[in-house]
This record gives sequence, structure tokens and C-alpha cells, in this order.
Amino acid sequence: MSSDLFYALTGASLFTLGLYALIKHAHILRKILAINVMGSGVFLLLVALAAGGQQAFDPVPHAMVITGIVVAISATALALALMLRLREASGLAVLPDTSPEELSEQLPEAPSDVASKNNGKNA
Amino acid sequence: MLAQSFSWQVTVIILPLVAALLCFMLPKWGRWLGLVMAFAITGSVIVLAYQVMNQGALRYAVGGWGAPLGIDLYVDGLSLLMLMVVALVGLVVSVYSMAYFKAGKAVHFWPLWMLLWTAMNALFLSADIFNLYVTLELLGLAAVALVALAGGVDALGAAMRYLLVSLLGSLCYLLGVALLYHSFGTVDIALLAERVESTPAVWAAMALMTVGLLFKTALFPLHFWLPPAHASAPAPVSALLSALVVKASFYILLRLWLEVFSQDSTAAAQLLGVLGAAAVLWGGVQALRQTRLKMLIAYSTVSQIGYLFLVFPLASLMAWQAGLYLLLSHALAKAAMFLAAGNILCFGGHDRIADLDRVAQRLPLSLTAFALAGVSSMGLPFSGGFIGKWMLLDAALQSGQWWWVAVIIVGGLLAAAYIFNVIGHSFTRAEISHEAKPVPAIMEWSALVLALAAVLMGLFASWPLAVMDIGAPFGGGGS
Amino acid sequence: MYAINWDVWLPLCILASSLLPGLLIFFLPEERVVMRTLLNLGGASLKLVLVGILIWGVFNGHHYEFRFSLLPGLDLVLRADALSLLFVALSAVLWLITTVYAIGYLEGSPHRSRFFGFFSLCVTATVGVALAGNLMTFLLFFEMLTLVTYPLIVHRGTQEARRAGRIYLAYTVAGGTSLLVGTVWLYGLAGSLEFTSQGFVADLVTGHRVELVIIFVLLIAGVGVKAALLPLHGWLPQAMVAAAPVSALLHAVAVVKAGAFGIVRVVYDVYGIDFAVSLGVALPLAILAAVTILYGSVRALFQDDLKRRLAFSTVSQVSYIVLGTAIVGPVAAVGGLVHLVHQGVMKITLFFCAGNLAETLGVHKISEMDGVGRRMPWTMAAFTIGAFGMIGAPPMAGFISKWYLGLGALEAGQGWVVPVLVGSSLLNAAYFLPVLYRAWFKVPAASWPAERSFGRVETSLALLLPPLITAFLSLLLGLLASAPFSPLQWVRFIITLEYVP
Repeated sequence: MSSDLFYALTGASLFTLGLYALIKHAHILRKILAINVMGSGVFLLLVALAAGGQQAFDPVPHAMVITGIVVAISATALALALMLRLREASGLAVLPDTSPEELSEQLPEAPSDVASKNNGKNA
Repeated sequence: MLAQSFSWQVTVIILPLVAALLCFMLPKWGRWLGLVMAFAITGSVIVLAYQVMNQGALRYAVGGWGAPLGIDLYVDGLSLLMLMVVALVGLVVSVYSMAYFKAGKAVHFWPLWMLLWTAMNALFLSADIFNLYVTLELLGLAAVALVALAGGVDALGAAMRYLLVSLLGSLCYLLGVALLYHSFGTVDIALLAERVESTPAVWAAMALMTVGLLFKTALFPLHFWLPPAHASAPAPVSALLSALVVKASFYILLRLWLEVFSQDSTAAAQLLGVLGAAAVLWGGVQALRQTRLKMLIAYSTVSQIGYLFLVFPLASLMAWQAGLYLLLSHALAKAAMFLAAGNILCFGGHDRIADLDRVAQRLPLSLTAFALAGVSSMGLPFSGGFIGKWMLLDAALQSGQWWWVAVIIVGGLLAAAYIFNVIGHSFTRAEISHEAKPVPAIMEWSALVLALAAVLMGLFASWPLAVMDIGAPFGGGGS
Repeated sequence: MYAINWDVWLPLCILASSLLPGLLIFFLPEERVVMRTLLNLGGASLKLVLVGILIWGVFNGHHYEFRFSLLPGLDLVLRADALSLLFVALSAVLWLITTVYAIGYLEGSPHRSRFFGFFSLCVTATVGVALAGNLMTFLLFFEMLTLVTYPLIVHRGTQEARRAGRIYLAYTVAGGTSLLVGTVWLYGLAGSLEFTSQGFVADLVTGHRVELVIIFVLLIAGVGVKAALLPLHGWLPQAMVAAAPVSALLHAVAVVKAGAFGIVRVVYDVYGIDFAVSLGVALPLAILAAVTILYGSVRALFQDDLKRRLAFSTVSQVSYIVLGTAIVGPVAAVGGLVHLVHQGVMKITLFFCAGNLAETLGVHKISEMDGVGRRMPWTMAAFTIGAFGMIGAPPMAGFISKWYLGLGALEAGQGWVVPVLVGSSLLNAAYFLPVLYRAWFKVPAASWPAERSFGRVETSLALLLPPLITAFLSLLLGLLASAPFSPLQWVRFIITLEYVP
């Protein structure tokens, strides 16, 4: 087994592993970590595949991976910030596990700030 | 060369980006800056449209690097129409948001919205699949942040779910990109279209990218995140998400299928069609069961997205055109609906369908907007939805796949049922509502303008159809 | 400078003469009564004048056609041919009268701007249906008619009105869908949808006979919903909860007529009567129409609510038009088509009168009508003329229709139609004569359910004049049937076009 293939397979398994964790775990932090693991898997695969098959050094996948890492960092930052806000609001860092029908019952009376002012007694 | 150093394609991406930064740095001026820039962006899209209609499809190499290494911006009829519908909806929503968002949230709304606009324009102009990935991520992040803007547990939870789904979708897509690049050594769509051949790696890439994009497009059964996210966001954001953002990922899917995956994928196309049909029916039935107006509209989006996927198994020129036409008219109609729903919510403080009677008679313009947009969603004349449905029916009958006709028909009847369910509630005898709060006229008219645009698309179909042919996105490419 | 080519723009102007006032009325504040009345009557009169010019023009050899490309190969066509003139003229005349009536009827009630806005849109759609030059245009306006009539039916906002509206929509939207599928399918087979005398299907489609039969059924089912053909008639008796002017519009001017007109178009100008016969679809349609005629009359017998009785009477009467169309023979066709006009004028009279009774005295039921003729002699006189017309007593308009229908059936060798006609006339008599007897000869009850006083006249003039005019018209149509330019002569001319070999 060539090392390229090994890395590629490792990348693929990281992706799968991350996917499993994403579905399995309820805590949002774990889900965010899972997404990151999946991302690393994709990046590893990208670099490994670029190295294999071609004779010359190919810079394009490396550029892609760097771009991808930047994107992943921003996404992670946003996700973490959202998680904190959610925990502040609900006290829990899990997804509100409601079916859409139940959710429709629980929607705030008026989610917008324009409408919220006259919302006091209408609940 | 002047044409190389200045390009309207770049302008339509740079302008909203600059606007986003300015709005962010000068929060006090954010609203007015945003509005002025919205007009400027729309203006530059019009100039670009004029250019494309005279010169045909345009390709522009950013920085002069060219296809294999640099970033290419490509605009043909398909991307031009997407840019234009984004500009139209974007402009009207901007005007609406001027009145909708008061000081606090406006500070966050305008930079994020401009960023969203940047991402969409860049997405529709991208000529390579990796650049599409970057813009798709940018789009997703901006959209999630906009949903979270509403605050509250529901909105934050919906945003979180949306973000995770969106990231999962992007990663699947990126994995597909990696496979395609490995196989053919390029990410440029046009080059891929020339080099692509049917190999297991391509099948895997197709599966991964399609699934990733289906997550983002919210095709049944991957739609679960959409209704809560779209229903709990502020009204202008719901309008943008439902009308435009889900269409962006559909656009990528359409491009890929037309250019790269167009060979031997009959079974997969049938599968997409079946999922689309299921979405049409499931979304319709769910919309009928909703007690909240915004949830109803969100499920209506799930249903309407299904129609777009019915074109894959038909795969004729007429079908592609029908799909795009439905997409455009749905964008206008759905934005109008969410804006109208926003007005109703704003006015009465609630959006319970059963209690609309006190609200809707006092907001005739918003109700008219909702009704006209509803007509388009049902596919009744005169509306863009009718033209799209007509073409889709025609394409389905001509291909001999009559079972899609049944789906289209039942979907239309379901739409009529849930739309008229809402309208019927507005015709009860009105009592004086004490908690009512006046809605700024500009918000009512914004909704109506979009609805009228959807209606006009039913009368002036020749022009968009002619634009679609520019660069033959549905004709020559791919095979 | 460009001279405006009126041959192109006149049909569009006729549409606009109700569309624009309608749109303007929506934006009028509720209390601008004078302005609204001016717009309403101005639009209606202008339309009548324009239609007059149109008819004059057609006689002088002008060819009026407006064309606008909707899709590649498919145009929106507004064209004035002989058949469309008949319907346009009918709806223009009746619209003006109904507008006057509606203004009087709705005086002081809420949401009038909304009502008259949709009222005008409704007539716009009807005129569009009449002037449609191809099946696509017909479909567009036909569906538009469905949509703009709905707010009129639910206008009062009561529970029953909304229920009626829901039922109306359920029927008509489903019918519209059937029409849509049929139209698209036909377009796929024939590649054209232009109405032509004696039909285009036979020329453009070879083979595909089974498909053509299915398409025919789809199309007829689509338009048949509005024409209240037998299994599809359920919405019509429900919709009578709407206000009297709306009933008049539904039963006489717009909706039901559009359906019947659609059947005529499909049979004559899409399939062609000869081809329809060779497909074997004409006879079943005739039988269906005959069954509807008898069924409607029988049901009408057992209604105590006056408007409900009239509604079932419409179900029955409209099928005369269908029957005349489906019997192969020019004479029967004349009888059917002319009934399009005659039924409209007579039925609108009856609904106006029913509305007057309800508005002035609060009388809704036939059992409350004892001696009403003494209180409102003029109204009941008009009602009597209308009723005798419906029964088909000479020399009323209804007699002319039935005479030609019967004669035509015999000529075409379809003798079974005659007993249907006789039976139906007897039934008509059976459900109208007792009403007349009660109204004229019974002793009035001590007080009326909800009487309003209008001074010396029996009711307000805006309510009284329209039924008198239409009653007079229906007399005139019968008496002067053989005069030049009467509907009968016009219909004869149309039929020569459809039947010339």
C-alpha cells in the first residue's frame, strides 16, 4: 500500500468517523468537533489525492486546503458563538429536539423587534 | 486591455462586499448605506445584463491568470437571470428592511445581508467548482447569522441546526470536489465538462456533491431544518432565505448536472424526480396542516422546491427552461409572501391562521400581495408560476412520463387548498382589533411590488426565455 | 406619426374598459360613493359603446385581432368572431344593468370598494373568455374568472358564505386543472390551439383517437364545472348564498355562461362537430345534457328557498345550450346557442326579482311569498314574464329556444330529445306556476319578515328598473326574433359558418 493511498483512506475514515459522531452526539460542542474532524478528513484526502497519480508537485490542492481551513475556522467560530448564545438563552447546549409541528406551537408570538413592542398582553 | 482591468462581473461582487464592510464600520449609517448600495448593486447588475445581452456569454479571468490556475468569472443566461432575480428581490427587501428593522438589529442586519448578497453574486458568477464551494460556505455562514438575528431559543436553535446541516452539506460537496480534481486535474466546470468520463470516482463525486447540495436545497427528506429556520427568522430574512438562498445551491446542482454529470445518470435523475415528487406532496400536506402562517409558507417552500427537481428526469430543453422559470417566479412569489406575512405579524402581533380575520381586512395591500403570490404558487394565471407549470406539463407529456403530470396536478391542488385556507380566513366579518399596530406603507407596497412582479412574469415570458438561451446553458453544454 | 390601428387595439380596449375602473375602484376610500358610481357606470357604458363599435366594425368587414406572444409558439389572442360577438354583447348589456342593480342593492353596506373592484374584474375575465381566440387565452381568462369570483361569493363573510366559497373553489379549481391538462395535452398533439370554424383538431392530428377522446372528456369536464353539468353542478346551489347581484353575475352574465360558452367552443371550434361525432363523443354529451335538464328541474321542484329553486333551474336551463350544441344539426344548434342569450336575460330577471323581495320585504322562501304580488306588483310582473319565458310559453324568448331545439332534434333524427323537452317544460311549469299562484292569488300574511319602506314606489328605483328592463328585453327577444340583428338571426349566421361543408 502506497503512502498516498494510506493517507487517502485515513482521510476517508476520518470523514466517516466525524459523520458518525455528528449524528450520534447530542451536545453541540461535540457536533462542532465532529464537523471539524470531517473537515480534516477531507483536507487530508485532498492533499493525498493530489500527491498521488501526478509526477510533478501540484500546488492547487494545497491552496484549496488552505482556503478550506480558513473557511472551517470561521465556521467553527460562528458555531461556537451560536452555541454560547443558545446556552445563554435555553440553559442547554443541545439542539432543541422538537419536531417542526411542536415548534410551530412554540414559535414566539412575534419574532421581530417591530412587533414585539405591542406584544405584551396578546399572549 | 481595458476589458481585462475593469469588469462589471467583478463590480457586482465587489460592491456588496464593500457595502458590507462599510455598514459594519459605520453602524450609524448602516441603513442608508445599505439602501444606497442596494440601488448601486442593482444598477451594476442591469449594466452587466445589458452587456451580456449584447455580447453573449462573458468569461473574465480575475487578475488575468486564466482557467487552470486563476479564478474565472463566467456569466451566461442562466447566471444572469439568477443575478437579476437576486437584485430585484434584494432591492425590494432592502427597502422593506429600512422600515422593518429599528436601530438595534439594523446594525447587524445590514452588514450580514450585504455579505449574503456578495456570496450569492459570487456564487452565480463562479466558473469553477472549488470557488463555488467557497461562496457556498460564505453564503451559508451569512444566512445562519441572519437567522440567529431574531434571537430567542427557537431562532438560535434553528440557526444552529441550519449551520450544522449547512457545514455537513459543504463538506460532502468538498469531498466530491477532491475526487473530481483527482480524476481530471481541474476544477473548471467547462474543462471538466470536456474531460469527464464515467468512472466510479465520478459516480462517487456525483453522489457526494448531489447529497451535499440537496441538504442545502432542503429537498425532501433532507428538508427538516428548513421550516424552523425560515419560520423563526425575521420576515425580510425569511424572504431572502426562502426566495434566494435555497435556490443558490439548487443552481450549483443544476450547473453540475447540465455540464458535468449529464451522462448516464438516468437512474439518479429518476431518483431526484421521485424525491421531488415526494417533496411536492409532503410539503403541500404539511403546509395544509400548519396553524402558523410563517410555518405554512415555509412548508410551501419545501413543496415548491420539489417542482424544481421534477425537471431532472425529463431533461429536455423545455423542462430545464420550465424549472428555471418556476425557480424565478417562486423566488418573487415566496419573497412577497414572507414580506406580507411579516406585515400581518407586525400588525396583529401574531400569525395564527385561524385568527387572521381581524388582521387581513385591515391590510388589503398585504393580503393582495399574499393572494397574488399565492396565485403564482398554485400555478394559476396570470402568473409566472402558471407559465412554468404549463411548460413543465408540456415537457412531461412530451416525454411520455405522464406520472409526473399527476404529481404536478396534485401539488397545484394542495397549494390552492392551503393558500385559500389563509385567504378564506380574511373574509370573515371584521371586529375592531385593539392591539393592532399600523404597518408602514412602504412595507405593504414592497410585498405588493414583488407579488406584481411574479404576476407580470406570467405575461412577459418571452424575454426571460430569450435571456435563458444566452450561452446555451441548457443546450450545447455537457454531452 | 403612427395612426393607432383600431383593428388591433379595440379588443384590448374592451377589456380595459372594465379592468382599469376595477383597479381604480380598489383604491377608492369607502365613502367616495359618487366617484365609484361614476367609474362603474362609466366603465360599463364605455364597454357597451365599444362593443357596439366592434359589432358595427365586424359588419363592415373589419377583422379585429390582438396578438401578444406569451410563449414561443403560443400567443394571447383576442379576436372578434361571430360567436364571441354574441357573448360579448350579452355580457356587456347585462353588466351595465347588473351594475345599476348592484349599486342600488349594496347601498350602505360595508367593503363596497372591494366588491365593485372584483365585480369589474369578473366582467373583464368574462369578456376575455368571450374574445379568446385560442384555447390558451380561453384557459387564462377562464381561470382568472374563477379567482375573481371567489371574493364576490364570500363577500358577506358569514360562515355559510365562506363555506359556499370553499365549495365553489373546490369544484372550479379542480375543473380548471382538468382543463389545463387537456389543453396542454392537446397542444402537444396538435401544436396549435387557435380556434377555427369547424375545428382544428381534425386537420392537425392524425390518429391518436383514444387520446383525443380523453382530452375531450378532460376539456368538457373542465368547462362543464362552470356550466354545472350533472355530476359537477354541486357548487351552484351552494353559491346562491351570495348577494343577488352576484347571483345574477354567476347565473346569467359570467360564470355559468362562460362554462356553456366553453362547451360550445370546444365542440365547434376545437374539435368541430363532425369530428366530434366521428369520435363518438357528441351523443354521450347530448345524453348527459338531457339528464342534467331533467335532474335540475326535478330538484328545483323540491326547493322552498326561492334562490335555491332558481339555482337548480339554472342547472337545468344551461344544459339546453349544451344539448343544442351536442345534437348534430344546424337547427338544434341555433336553438342551443340562442338560449345562451335568452336564458341569460330571463334568469337575470328572476334573480333581480328574488333580490328585490329579499331586500325590500325580507322574503327568502317561497312559502313566505303569499300575496307578494299585491305589495310589489311591478317586481312580480317582471318575475312572471321571466318565469313564463323559462317555461317556454310563446311568444317569450324561451319558446324560441325550445322550438328550435325540438325542431332540430327531429331534423337530426334524434327524436328522444322531444320528450325530454316536453318533460322539462312541464316540470318548469310545475315549479314556477305555484310560485306565481301564491304571489298573485293568495292572501298576504299580516306582516313581511323584514319590510323596508321606499315611499310611493314599491322598492328603490335602482332595484326596480333593472328587472323591468330585462323582462322587457326577454319579451322583445321573443316577439322580434325574426327581425334583423336579433340574437336569433345572429346565431343563424354563426351556425352557417360552423356547418358549411
